[in-house]
Amino acid sequence: MSIAIILAPLVVALISAILGALLSITDSIVNNYGEVTIDINDGKKQLLVKGGSKLLGTLAEQGIYVPSACGGRGSCGACKCQIQSDVGLHLPTELPYLNAQEIADNVHLSCQVKVKTDLAIKIPEELFNIKKFSCNVEKISTVTHDIKQVLLKLPEGLELNYIAGQYGQFEVPAYGDIKESTQRAYSFSSHPQLKTHIEFLIRLVPGGIVTSYVHTLLKEGQKINIVAPVGEFHVKDNDAAMICVAGGSGMAPFKSIFNGMIESGSMGKRDIWYFFGARTTRDMFYLDWLWDLDKKYERFHFVPALSEPQPDEKWEGATGLITEVLNTYLQEKMPLEQNKEGYLCGSPGMLDACMNVMRKNSMKEENIYFDKFA
Amino acid sequence: MSPVVDPITLLFASIFTSNILLANFLGMCSFISISKDFKSSNGLGIAVTIVLVLTVAINWLVLKFILVPLGIEYLAFIVFIVVIAAVVQVLEMVIERISPSLYMSLGIFLPLITVNCAILGAVLFMQIRNYDFVQSISFGLGSGIGWWMAIMALSAIRKKVDKNPVPAGLQGPGITLITIGFMAMAFIGFSGMLKVQ
Repeated sequence: MSIAIILAPLVVALISAILGALLSITDSIVNNYGEVTIDINDGKKQLLVKGGSKLLGTLAEQGIYVPSACGGRGSCGACKCQIQSDVGLHLPTELPYLNAQEIADNVHLSCQVKVKTDLAIKIPEELFNIKKFSCNVEKISTVTHDIKQVLLKLPEGLELNYIAGQYGQFEVPAYGDIKESTQRAYSFSSHPQLKTHIEFLIRLVPGGIVTSYVHTLLKEGQKINIVAPVGEFHVKDNDAAMICVAGGSGMAPFKSIFNGMIESGSMGKRDIWYFFGARTTRDMFYLDWLWDLDKKYERFHFVPALSEPQPDEKWEGATGLITEVLNTYLQEKMPLEQNKEGYLCGSPGMLDACMNVMRKNSMKEENIYFDKFA
Repeated sequence: MSPVVDPITLLFASIFTSNILLANFLGMCSFISISKDFKSSNGLGIAVTIVLVLTVAINWLVLKFILVPLGIEYLAFIVFIVVIAAVVQVLEMVIERISPSLYMSLGIFLPLITVNCAILGAVLFMQIRNYDFVQSISFGLGSGIGWWMAIMALSAIRKKVDKNPVPAGLQGPGITLITIGFMAMAFIGFSGMLKVQ
């Protein structure tokens, strides 16, 4: 009996070990693709890389950062890239993010494509500008009970040129149970003229890998890696009314955009409606600054709304979900025939709801801009 | 009626009279969720068949040459599951390398098979019924083909059902479960012919 007690776990361990060895042997034989070359933009750049990993990671190792808001999990669809050589059919994991034209053009999600043979790919030239910066955490300040404002300083002598509204990938090292470094996308909230520093607003998401790290472990004076600048979200140059909607830390790109517009003198020259939604007053922030803008510029309208105002808070502004408030304003306060553009930043659910409201109020889908960080 | 022992008869018996899905109700979850798409059903059916044959055979060897001689058959559950998981992993890597097109069509289904109860179910039947090696293989193959056939049939029926008015409360899984019930009753008709044990 006593032998059996020792024997049983030993046998199970042995069988598991044999199977594990079998797996790693198979892996090293089957997944050994040797050295392959990746040709970018018809010979503009040639990379000699080790095959077997995903294209997104392989390119990143070579210093080319294809934007990926989800960090390679295949849930944002941002890392699209056209592959000119044959890599086979699209995976079921790619299809939800590609339209018929993209499928015909052989556009793939680079986080799902494995580098097995020589590849020829096409990526936008701007991507060569995206770099990884090892920044110094200069200041972490508390904005609300769950949002922190993180100010980073770029390495000495380096500058980051970006357009207000773009975002950066925040990379946190492995910590605790998280075995590898993780990247998540956050919009810059900094003044776009301030090229030596970048600022983020990061809201604590329960269970979030990067947000938990930033809220509990990140210390001033520490180094942190940022891949930037990324994204298509920016103010279009025309005179349409800007309908901006944000919730929580979605404030970030608008802080950057409004500051940029003040700096360039375009603030006050077009109608801007800024709808900001929060739960209770303790989730509201930057109110003084925004009310100042509202007072100073006749064409800037700030509409904060609380969805769950507490009886003891004395909230005098709008109440209800931000989408309901938006709907009321679109129907009652703005002329229907006015040319409007939508600018959105918030959770995927909020984005979809706002899109619906805007479409219902006859705004065109192609005039609604956002970056989805799913 | 004496139990079937001849491998060829066992093969057909496990396809029709004791279909692992419609007689034993194993592998239900993927059966219901995947059967809404005909092409995916085919892919999953192929994958289940391949994995069933391989895991029943390998687990037979493990049982016969390791667990039984050492008298630790009570660990069979753990060992079987570990073997199934490893076989699926190896198979996934090998298929990806030798046939990318098959890999693409199997897609995400291959790894999901690790937790398909039809696989473990068939392996446990193999143990309980004391099959020899050849019987195990024909039982595994038959069960796989039976599962494959059943999911293809259900998928085809669901295609027809989708075109017809279904009461609101029964749409989706509701009508599917009723359909499966009818299919199972139809298969019971076969069960008088042979007995697998």
